[in-house]
Amino acid sequence: MIDLTGRTLAAGVGRGEALTLQEPLSFWGGFDGVTGTVSDTHHPQQGVCLSGRVVFMRRGRGSSSSPSVLAEAIHVGTAPAAIVLTEIDAMIALGALVAAELYGVEMPVVVLAPGSTSEIEDGVPVTVDATKVVAVVEADPRGTRR
Amino acid sequence: MAPDLDLTERDRAMLDGTHGDAASLAMRIVTKSAEIAGATHLLDITSAHIDGCLFHGMAGLDFARRLRDAEAQVAVPSTLNVSALDLLHPELVRLDATTSAMAREQMDAYLAMGCRPTWTCAPYQSPERPSFGDQIAWAESNAIVFANSVLGARTERYGDFIDVCCAITGRAPAVGLHLDEHRGARVVFRVEGVPDRLLADPVAHAAIGLIVGREAGALVPAVVGLPTAPTTSEDHLKAMCAAAASSGSVALIHVIGVTPEAPTLEAAIGEGSVASEVRVGPADLRAARDAWSTVGVGAAIGAVSVGTPHMSVAGFERLASLADGRRFAVPFYVNTGRDVLRVAEGAGTAAVAMAAGATMVTDTCTYITPVIAHGVGPVVTDSAKWAWYAPSNLGVEVAIASLEECIRSAVEGGLVRDDALWGSDG
Repeated sequence: MIDLTGRTLAAGVGRGEALTLQEPLSFWGGFDGVTGTVSDTHHPQQGVCLSGRVVFMRRGRGSSSSPSVLAEAIHVGTAPAAIVLTEIDAMIALGALVAAELYGVEMPVVVLAPGSTSEIEDGVPVTVDATKVVAVVEADPRGTRR
Repeated sequence: MAPDLDLTERDRAMLDGTHGDAASLAMRIVTKSAEIAGATHLLDITSAHIDGCLFHGMAGLDFARRLRDAEAQVAVPSTLNVSALDLLHPELVRLDATTSAMAREQMDAYLAMGCRPTWTCAPYQSPERPSFGDQIAWAESNAIVFANSVLGARTERYGDFIDVCCAITGRAPAVGLHLDEHRGARVVFRVEGVPDRLLADPVAHAAIGLIVGREAGALVPAVVGLPTAPTTSEDHLKAMCAAAASSGSVALIHVIGVTPEAPTLEAAIGEGSVASEVRVGPADLRAARDAWSTVGVGAAIGAVSVGTPHMSVAGFERLASLADGRRFAVPFYVNTGRDVLRVAEGAGTAAVAMAAGATMVTDTCTYITPVIAHGVGPVVTDSAKWAWYAPSNLGVEVAIASLEECIRSAVEGGLVRDDALWGSDG
């Protein structure tokens, strides 16, 4: 078991297979909310599906339209199961906060404690518990792989 | 509520619902954002620029409806960003009736809240723009960088939802670029050896901006080595700001000797130190141009799109002087704000461009809503931001070019490169 701690930016519990984004992503103009895939043609992981995954990423990028793209993805069910950041990103948290306000659907957003590394292999099952101020990210490297 | 967020009595009254449901919801979002960012208090803002009026799914519309139905009103002068529709030229936008109706409802909801129908991504082109030192809450990534860098106003990177919540409450979290200590440059870009003629063209600044955004990420950059005003004009800075906010999360660029907080490099750095220096030469500009272009010289093109961010009055003057007497062989779109278009119409510059075959697009932009024909050949643009987003938004091939190259390409129907402008690697 790998246990990481972080700070809850948007509350909730999420479970899914880990997926690490190698570069920051702008949800507007970089993520297709219908298919849940990375659509940014400049991103090394263009075409990768984020739906239902616990997405580890440094931070977002660029466009200020990202919150509503993410909120809509949470609404229609194409969003990640949780987002784990290494830098605070209010835009990403906002998308989740507003989806919770509007639709009562929670997608946790967590920023890892400084110095925590998130070297979790893609496909490893992860649970993000962001029900308290201190969030817990629990990965089971021996869990079932895709 | 985090114990370390100190709210005023009025903030608390809003949160409690004393000022109504809309103010309560807005203050809830503002205080949650403040907690996320680690703010100790909120500060008063003098204006807002709101991005949330652009329809791209139910969430944005549902949020606007919720605020409208609760009779929300903005507390500070608030401008509106581009929408998904062109209300002046509705025939240009090929959205289905249902989507159009929802896009319109979202726009109308923001008007009902008291926002101004500016419908532009370049609110800084308005005569009533913020002044040096003003605390503001602006959304739209290019406008954020421009306001911080060129106007010397102070805004964090606001986006959908939080923008209108700040406008309704008149308050914003006192963090980041609102505060002196976060405005110092931490990475320096030294522009060296770029010929004067290229540096006089905003396409150079677009290319520099792409490099700055890629290398600076979310750090505050300083750019050394650009000519002073008027050679470096607001249109040059606009091109750089928009590019850096596309390839990175840059929200403030100090252009040494040009922008108001950067009379010298030392002044721009302030109390702190620089983490790294990056040299930028002519070969780097060509490389950036080519890295973000998907087709090369000679390629047949399907259209040209200029004015992202929206074409300014000065931009129209340049466009008119270059397009006068020409005839475009492919569709040529000029994205602009309705207020700027009115001035350009009065000045006759819009008419010159239209006589050459240009189509005016207002209230929206060709890369966010279907204007350009589906399946069209490569699109040439003078905008790094357009070139960054259009391939993913529209599925088109793109090429970045100077305005003059855009016009020559439109006349020829193929991508024209001015090697004398860019120089060569050989």
